[in-house]
Amino acid sequence: MNNSRFVTWMTWALVLGMVWTVISRVSPDQSRDQEDSVPKEGFTAPDFTLKLLDGGEVTLSELRGKVVLVNFWASWCPPCREEMPAIESVYGSYKDLGLVVIGANLTAQDSEQEAASFAKEVGVTFPIALDTDNMVGNFYRVTALPTSFFIDRKGVIRSVIVGGPMSEAVIQSKVEELLREGQ
Amino acid sequence: MFPYLRLGPFLLQMPLLTLLVGLWIGLTFVEREAVRLGLNKEKISSLIFYGLVGGIVAARLAYAAKYASVYGSKPFSLLSLNTNTLLPDAGLLFGILIAGIYAYRQKLPFHKTLDALAPGMAFFMIMIGVSHLLSGNAYGAPTRVPWAVYLWSDYRQPAQIYEIFFALVIFTIILSRMIPANAPGLRFIQFIGLSAIARVFIEAFRGDSAILFDGYRTAQVVGLAILAVCIVLLRNWEEKDEYESKIG
Repeated sequence: MNNSRFVTWMTWALVLGMVWTVISRVSPDQSRDQEDSVPKEGFTAPDFTLKLLDGGEVTLSELRGKVVLVNFWASWCPPCREEMPAIESVYGSYKDLGLVVIGANLTAQDSEQEAASFAKEVGVTFPIALDTDNMVGNFYRVTALPTSFFIDRKGVIRSVIVGGPMSEAVIQSKVEELLREGQ
Repeated sequence: MFPYLRLGPFLLQMPLLTLLVGLWIGLTFVEREAVRLGLNKEKISSLIFYGLVGGIVAARLAYAAKYASVYGSKPFSLLSLNTNTLLPDAGLLFGILIAGIYAYRQKLPFHKTLDALAPGMAFFMIMIGVSHLLSGNAYGAPTRVPWAVYLWSDYRQPAQIYEIFFALVIFTIILSRMIPANAPGLRFIQFIGLSAIARVFIEAFRGDSAILFDGYRTAQVVGLAILAVCIVLLRNWEEKDEYESKIG
């Protein structure tokens, strides 16, 4: 194939590509991905209900309309311990603007006492949820600690950060972006 | 899907590791092609190095600029290893710009330098597909075809496999110089043009396409525009004399 033939071939590819682009347009009923519940950016965050350390329960779907940060952690995990003050600081600054933080402790791999002791030590004021049977952790495919899910006001996961520690600036930038969207 | 590998206290991000391997092997192909084209391979390696480092720094600075109120008070956070705080588009743009400035200052021949990059870039495209396969990103649209894969709670087109397959085909075409290039720069344009065709085709099977307007997928529209530019450049850069025969 010489260059002229290749150019002709490319021109045909361009024409066919245009036709292909038109016929493969996304129809409104095709763009339903965000309705599926999958722990992945672009999908609706899977719903869960967990007991809280201080009593009561938290249900994720009841927090629609708010920006939610779900942080999976355990007290024995050094990066989880390191990033907790940063999360607390961001929570303190933005809770009045509509930020909710759920510190989902993987209690099946930790202990309620250790979790409570660490939360007290850091002075955590956001709710600490207890995933006692690891069901939510498994459902969210948490393979490493800490793992953080940033969820927008529509309940869609917008960012997942695996590993840590996250700096305050990272958390703040992610939260600010989602809070801005609702204004 | 195999996104993470824990090695003691270290959490290896497999998709990122794949890209690094792709970069390393790709660089080998670039250097080999640079020597074949009679270029200084050290200068070509430096071009890639400056482009990459400049691109990464620019991607982080652009992210920080977007959240200036946050990073203004915490400038040391710019040094984070977190890959979630990069703006890839800005990184790509500035990376190309910095590499271009380096090439200009070093008086590297523009068209030949592009040709030297083509095989390495073609290899890197394969590794991008592999990294998508490992991370589960760039996933396919829901389907019921017999070869569908179960991913993200649905049976989907194996879009990442298509991506790897087409990248392999393009790499083979470019590496073996299957299509003659009778002028400097044409090999690179062939690579870009073929990649644009592959993108326009594969994008139709993706389940995460960004939509431009009226259901049109952004990647397809951009791919068509790039393809049109490639056709123009293929005509304009063509020379009558047999370039391939000159360089052996």
